[in-house]
Parts: sequence; C-alpha cells; structure tokens
Amino acid sequence: MAVLVIADHDGSAVRDTTHKTVTAALALSSEVDVLVVGEGAKAVADGAAKIAGVRKVLLAESAGLGKVLAEAVEATVLPLAGGYDAILTPATTDGKNFAPRIAAKLDVAPISDIVEVVSADTFVRPIYAGNALETIQSGDAKKVITVRPTAFAAAGEGGSAPVESVAGADAPKTTFVAEEMVKSDRPELGAAKIIVSGGRALGSAEEFHAVMEPLADKLGAAIGASRAAVDAGYAPNDYQVGQTGKVVAPMLYIAIGISGAIQHLAGMKDSKTIVAINKDPDAPIFQVADFGLVADYKTAVPELMSALG
Amino acid sequence: MKVLVPVKRVIDYNVKARVKADQSGVDLANVKMSMNPFDEIAVEEAVRLKEGKEHHAAGTATEIVVVSIGVTQAQETIRTALAMGADRGVLIQSDTDLEPLAVAKLLKAVVEEEKPDLVLMGKQSIDGDNNAVGQMLAALLDWPQATFAGKLVIEGGKATVTREVDGGLQTIAAELPAVVTVDLRLNTPRYASLPNIMKAKKKEIAMKAVADYGVDVADRLKVLKVTEPPKRAAGVKVESAAQLVESLKSAGVL
Repeated sequence: MAVLVIADHDGSAVRDTTHKTVTAALALSSEVDVLVVGEGAKAVADGAAKIAGVRKVLLAESAGLGKVLAEAVEATVLPLAGGYDAILTPATTDGKNFAPRIAAKLDVAPISDIVEVVSADTFVRPIYAGNALETIQSGDAKKVITVRPTAFAAAGEGGSAPVESVAGADAPKTTFVAEEMVKSDRPELGAAKIIVSGGRALGSAEEFHAVMEPLADKLGAAIGASRAAVDAGYAPNDYQVGQTGKVVAPMLYIAIGISGAIQHLAGMKDSKTIVAINKDPDAPIFQVADFGLVADYKTAVPELMSALG
Repeated sequence: MKVLVPVKRVIDYNVKARVKADQSGVDLANVKMSMNPFDEIAVEEAVRLKEGKEHHAAGTATEIVVVSIGVTQAQETIRTALAMGADRGVLIQSDTDLEPLAVAKLLKAVVEEEKPDLVLMGKQSIDGDNNAVGQMLAALLDWPQATFAGKLVIEGGKATVTREVDGGLQTIAAELPAVVTVDLRLNTPRYASLPNIMKAKKKEIAMKAVADYGVDVADRLKVLKVTEPPKRAAGVKVESAAQLVESLKSAGVL
C-alpha cells in the first residue's frame, strides 16, 4: 500500500511538522510520497525530496493552493487519491481545514489528530480535550488522517526523491482577501525547544510583555500564554497554548502565573520538562510540573533572570 | 437570509471527563450536559445577524433554524438556542452517537430541505474533538467553506471571514451559500433572559428520526478501547529561582 503525505510549509521550505508526519506515514507503509501544494513552491518540493524515506515528491501549484484554500487542495488531491491507501497531513489549521473535506469527497471517515499508529488500520487519538485516549480501527479501504506532529519524531534528511509536477486546482467560489501573520524573531511556538508561558496572574498586557519578553530572549524561547491571559487581552491569540490553541511539546516548558486549567494542560503536558512558578501552592499546574516554585512571579522572574546569568 | 445552525449536546465544558473502568468509553451517567461551547458562539452570531448587532446590518438573517442530532434530551439544547433568539428547531433523534461523516450526511439532507443561505456551526465538539463536520458538510454540498472564524461579515452575497490560523489571521471571502465554522473569539454568547426562556417554550421543535432522511449512517470506525492518558510522575518543589536553575542544569535541560 502507498501513502500520500500532504506537506506543511512556509512557502520557502517544508516545516518539521512534515518530517514528523512522514514518520507516521512510514509506520503504515514503505511507499511514502509527499505532495507539496503551493504557488512558486519548487524550492519546497526540492526540500521535501531530501526527507529520508520519501519515494517521490509531487508538486501542484495554483493561486488558490498558494493560500492553501481547502477547496483547491481537495480538488487537487481527489484525482491523485486513487493511487493511495492513506492520505496523511499534519493537524495544523491548514490540515484540519482541508483533510475532512477530502475525506467526505472520498466517502470515508476522517481520523483526526492521531498520536500513535498501532497498525495499518488502528490508531490512537485524544478525545475530551486530552482527558481520554481512544484506540480506533478504521473499516474504510482508504484512510484520511491528520497527525499530531508533537507525538512523532521527525524523519531525517538524506533522501533524494524525484520531483514530479501534477495539476493544481483552484477554488472558484472562494477568494483570498488578506493575511496578517505575526512576525517575530523568536522561534515559532510549535517548533521551539523552550517555551515560556504566561497566565492571567500577570495582570495586564504591559506586564505580560515586560516580564515574558526579556526571559524569552535570555533563554532563546518562544512565548506562550494561557487562554485566560489571551481572553483578558494580555497576549495575542496565536500565543495560546491549550486544547483550543496550540498543542506543544518542547524540551522545557516554563509556566508563569498559570493555574493549570484542564484545557491548558491538554496543550502542554507532553513537554519533556515542565517548570511551574505560581504563588498558589494548590494550583493544579504543580501536579504536572517536574519542578515547582511556589513564589510570586514578581520576585521569582527577576531572580530567575539573574540566576541564569 | 436564512441561517441553519447545527448544535450538539455534549458534556459540560467545566466537567472533567472520566474514563469507564471497562474501557468502553467516557462515563456520561449523571454528568452535567450542555450545548457545545463552539455551537453556542455560532447561535450567538446568527442571532446578532438577525438583530443587527455589532457590525451586522439589522435583518441580515431573517430566519434562524437550529438542528440537533441526538437523544430526546437534546431538545433542551435546542430550547437553549431558541431562548437565545433562534426561531425554530429540528431534532433528529438518535440514541447512538453518530460519526462525523454520518452527521454531515444527515445535515446535508436537512440543508436540502431547509435551503439556508448560510450554515453557521462550531468548529468542533468538545467530546469527539474531530473538527470535521463543517468541512465535510461543505464538501458534500459542494459549497465553499470558511473554518475557524474569528470575524464574520455578510455583504454582497459573500461571507467574508477572518480565520484564526497558525501564525496569525487569514481573511477569505466565500460565495454564499457557504458553511462557516466558528472559533472561540468570534463573540461572547449571551445568557438568555427569563422572558425569552418563557417565549422559547412556545417555539416549534420538529421531531424527526434518522430513518426519515434515508441516508447511510453506519459507523466506519470501531472503538477498540478508551483509556486514561498516562499520568506524569510527581515532581519536586524547589525553594528558590537559583535552586531551580541548578536543578535544570543538573537534569541536563539547560
């Protein structure tokens, strides 16, 4: 059986979410092709060809694919679907947007956000905001799957797959209007090795930035926030870590003034090492923290800054 | 413009889901159930489209129909939406929890009957967390879709939607009819007032059966087991920031 991975990329290179999805695909089959959809994305396809274990890279281009419009991706993938037993893509906002659309057109049940491949037809995925894991077996001949990237190791480099062009479709009823991407010199939340995350205890947007930014810069970390901090307007919405925001699993996660609501824990509890700084000794965040410091962030963060040197 | 809002009765978002000892699923016996929070946001936006609240022109929506698929008690969920300002409801009774593909097929049949100009719905339900039905419904209808809406503008026969995507915001315009799925920050749903709750009791809820729609709702996925996620081992408390840095260094993290 052959598997198609629809790549996630930033317009110039594949993101490491693609490498992680290739790992999940290789657990299903040794015949893994990667489809790059975009506009002017030849360099991305050449990059994807270097991922170890990839058999072939397909490149489809159109204006609609440049903006990853779901209708364009669906119409591009459908003619290719006949050659594959499974179609995988990372569970990013793009993947979540187009994968179910493809599944419906193929009349198959989509399998969302898998964290483990048990066998070619059996997968594990979180439900109820990560409070339970379900193991499901698919009876469909063809499978459409989104993969939670943080649950898989990244496939290595060293491949040299051929790149082939395929027809790219457009989205006739949808037009792109604008986009507003947050620019930052800090690492991306999804890819960062260290994340410092702030909660509602910080009290204001000014305080959030004044406390979190110097610490993040000192550690070379990305900045995250709890939903409470985002809802209160202290941090922009793309900072949000949690079931309703981003699911992250960095080497080190430092939670500052975050109480640890269920939905926040669902987004970070797979981090390698968790540090919690909170003045409430009973905050639920301490139940998942490897190292807890019961202290007011106002004194703890400056002390942490000086201890880091 | 007619708006269809599908809603689901789910475990209340403040309740922690507990896995059954026999690993057959999550225990929902005697658990508080509520409208899926994302669906509540969809109902609120539909009502604002009718009332002309925020940036919407009054009367943008002329009729709001709420549909739910589920057990008899899902009538309460529909009633909640009617009390918020929806006009009438449809309940397709089902004692089993249907998969997203089956739900999308039933909703397609409802759309063909009701002929709405816009389907406004939550991006995902907080039980199955599939995030799939809206996209699948759009595909089955061959309609455009705009998912994860943080802002919605209806104008000139189009839904212009600002979507919450990884890394920022993307704005797209979808020709109506379309399916729009909503994200958390679109609005803050209202609490229904007592007079509106009373008024909602008189609004119509049509009772239907899955069989009325003649679509294949067979399960495609078999749940082999439902388990608790692995627990993290208890950590240690440190006394100071200096000790924290020391601990992180000796653990090889820094």
